[in-house]
Amino acid sequence: MKVSLSSRGSFRFDGKEIPFTPGQTIMDAVLAAGEYIPHLCHNPEFAPHGSCRVCVVGVGGRQVSACTAPAAEGMVVDSSSEEIQGTRRAILQMLFVEGNHICPACEKSGACQLQAVAYYTGMLAPHFTHFFPRREVDASHPDFIIDFNRCILCELCVRASRDWDGKRVFGISGRGLASHLVIDSPTGRLGDSSFAATDKAAHVCPVGAILPKHRGYEVPIGERLYDREPISLVGDVAAHEEA
Amino acid sequence: MSDPSIGQVTEFVAESLARHGRNPDYLLQHLIALQHRFSHVPATAVDLLATELGVTRTQIRAAIDFYAFLHETPRGDFDILFSDNITDRMLGNQRLMRLLCERLGVEPGVPRADGRVTVGPTSCTGMCDQGPALLVNGMAVTRLDAQRVDRIADLVEMGTPLEHWPGAYFVVEDNIRRKGLLLSNAATDAAGLRAMLEKGAEAALAEVERSGLRGRGGAGFTTALKWKFCREAPGGERFVVCNADEGEPGTFKDRVLLTSYADLMFEGMTICAGVIGARRGFLYLRGEYRYLVPHLEAVLARRRAQGLLGESILGHDGFDFDIAIHLGAGAYICGEESALIESLEGKRGVTRKRPPFPVTSGYQGNPTVVNNVETFLAAARVVQWGGYWFRGEGTDKSAGSKILSVSGDVARPGIYEYPFGTPVHRVLADCGATNPQAVQISGAAGATLAPAEFDRIIAFEDLPTAGSFMVFDASRDMLDMVRNFAHFFAHESCGSARS
Ligand SMILES: Cc1cc2nc3c(=O)[nH]c(=O)nc-3n(C[C@H](O)[C@H](O)[C@H](O)COP(=O)(O)O)c2cc1C
Ligand code: SF4
Repeated sequence: MKVSLSSRGSFRFDGKEIPFTPGQTIMDAVLAAGEYIPHLCHNPEFAPHGSCRVCVVGVGGRQVSACTAPAAEGMVVDSSSEEIQGTRRAILQMLFVEGNHICPACEKSGACQLQAVAYYTGMLAPHFTHFFPRREVDASHPDFIIDFNRCILCELCVRASRDWDGKRVFGISGRGLASHLVIDSPTGRLGDSSFAATDKAAHVCPVGAILPKHRGYEVPIGERLYDREPISLVGDVAAHEEA
Repeated sequence: MSDPSIGQVTEFVAESLARHGRNPDYLLQHLIALQHRFSHVPATAVDLLATELGVTRTQIRAAIDFYAFLHETPRGDFDILFSDNITDRMLGNQRLMRLLCERLGVEPGVPRADGRVTVGPTSCTGMCDQGPALLVNGMAVTRLDAQRVDRIADLVEMGTPLEHWPGAYFVVEDNIRRKGLLLSNAATDAAGLRAMLEKGAEAALAEVERSGLRGRGGAGFTTALKWKFCREAPGGERFVVCNADEGEPGTFKDRVLLTSYADLMFEGMTICAGVIGARRGFLYLRGEYRYLVPHLEAVLARRRAQGLLGESILGHDGFDFDIAIHLGAGAYICGEESALIESLEGKRGVTRKRPPFPVTSGYQGNPTVVNNVETFLAAARVVQWGGYWFRGEGTDKSAGSKILSVSGDVARPGIYEYPFGTPVHRVLADCGATNPQAVQISGAAGATLAPAEFDRIIAFEDLPTAGSFMVFDASRDMLDMVRNFAHFFAHESCGSARS
């Protein structure tokens, strides 16, 4: 297909004009224009996944996920109304109660996207009843731990390992509420898999589920990425040193 | 059942590989066969399949974990699952399940220590008009009562093979109560198929377009447009998929169509193949309807013998098309078309992000038409009798008829076919609903109607539905229904929401 200049278009995003080229999603165009739409499972280095739904936006009376919806000429995108922010908050609240996210006791606090996006949407409390699931911590690997309590099933590690590292170390098993992350090794433990500290999969987790060992609190709480500036200005943690 | 020896498992896997081949797409079919044979998928089989099909052990385990009918540990000689739709509950399934558990000395969902039996609940098995129902080793038993349950306990204790259980237990009735455009005539002499071959694919597609036919599986997408998009999509091989997953609680009309109108459905698929240029098709059949496989395979075999499937269909050189049956294994989400395609490819049935839609990138990334059973049936008749014949019934936006699955507090539960535009109160009067308090249309995710809304009509523009129509009389506590549905979604959702 020939892409002429005239096929460039633009749409309105919370009142601002955002240019796009054909093939871009709403998310692509908005991020390229230096604006922000909250997201967890999205990482521009990987194909869109569309599963966390935190990037929900309003388009023509419908709610769509910005990371998968193609940008179109003249569309009007709502990313800041109370209705949209309320939907996002509800999704985040469900994520918080489904796992065990104890921010004050988490090594990732201040550099965690789940926490930062919750701040961005104005989430003050989890609202729903906590599930307090019993999940394990796998410390079998020499360089990394994996704390399943914090996993939000974004599948970034699954995709990174499969599409980038060529290893398929991670997978998702079960369904519905019982969906969970699994590790491909004879014992199911990380230490017995082919996972390595240099893997892409070791550096994409948006929360504190996959963490390096032998380092802790190097940057004091209060001085971390999202302590300094909101996520809407600095973006994904994976794009920063602290990841 | 004693644990199978490694030799037995190895031999069975070898047979299964010989039958289905080494294509990873057939992983799920291998797993279903293993489950059926050994009441679980033995670890040895997981290792063998991982090597033979070139997939990871984790992928196999994740699939076993995903599908409710697959297990890594034995369920025993008899795996008994009580259908747990709200309509089964209204008919007392919980009391009957407790009774059976007591008689057999088991806890729900926990295999008995001697390896004889497991008893547990499962999502709606599509027998709402003849419940309470259960599945024993995948076979449907209907119209349960205390006496039947008592007798089943004896049969289990005696270890009586299913072939020697009373045949009456396994009788599944059609219960067709009202026939309309489609149900009034089951006969087919391949007239639709012949019409397409005579007039050409484009003329057939034009008839479908003229008919205004929209998908009967719930979403209501215009069928002609779907076929056209697929026909015009760039790419090599094309596929036709019939969605017979019928997982919506309270829906059972596809079961009846598969039982008594299978020829018409296959004819619709074959016509679609002619229009889009497909050589292969799949019938994705929910695991709960596995008892229909021998019947459906027989129909397919007869159609091949009649020259209606296979190479050079009806003597037309280059018109080659055949249909394979793929079984599901207990997962409502696999009715969603992109999850269905994942499942067809042997994987966990998790929805894909869209776009791209299946018409451009479906099975193995190829252009694919996915339609509901009823849609294919209607398409076959439309090509035979013309678009105007179909259009003659229904409303402007909803042409033709809709087949409803009516259950709950009614005198005559079963299948009712009405022109679109029929008000709810008409259906209630016909099925003998006394003192209805509410109607739940279109399953757990559908609409709950109070009596003030009974003059609303069955139509895409008012009450769109795949056909589930559950009636609750004044004696019912509607919160029971809400709790039942909430439980259903917690269990059946794919754990992500890419719809
Ligand atoms: C959660 C979910 C479950 C579904 N289950 C079914 C089903 O059991 N049978 C069906 O035909 N369509 C089902 N659908 C609709 C399919 O995705 C798809 O729209 C349909 O098969 C297309 O065929 P049609 O155009 O003939 O209706 C389901 C959709 C969703 C979102
Ligand atoms: S471990 Fe982290 S990257 Fe992997 S799925 Fe869980 S939250 Fe996502």
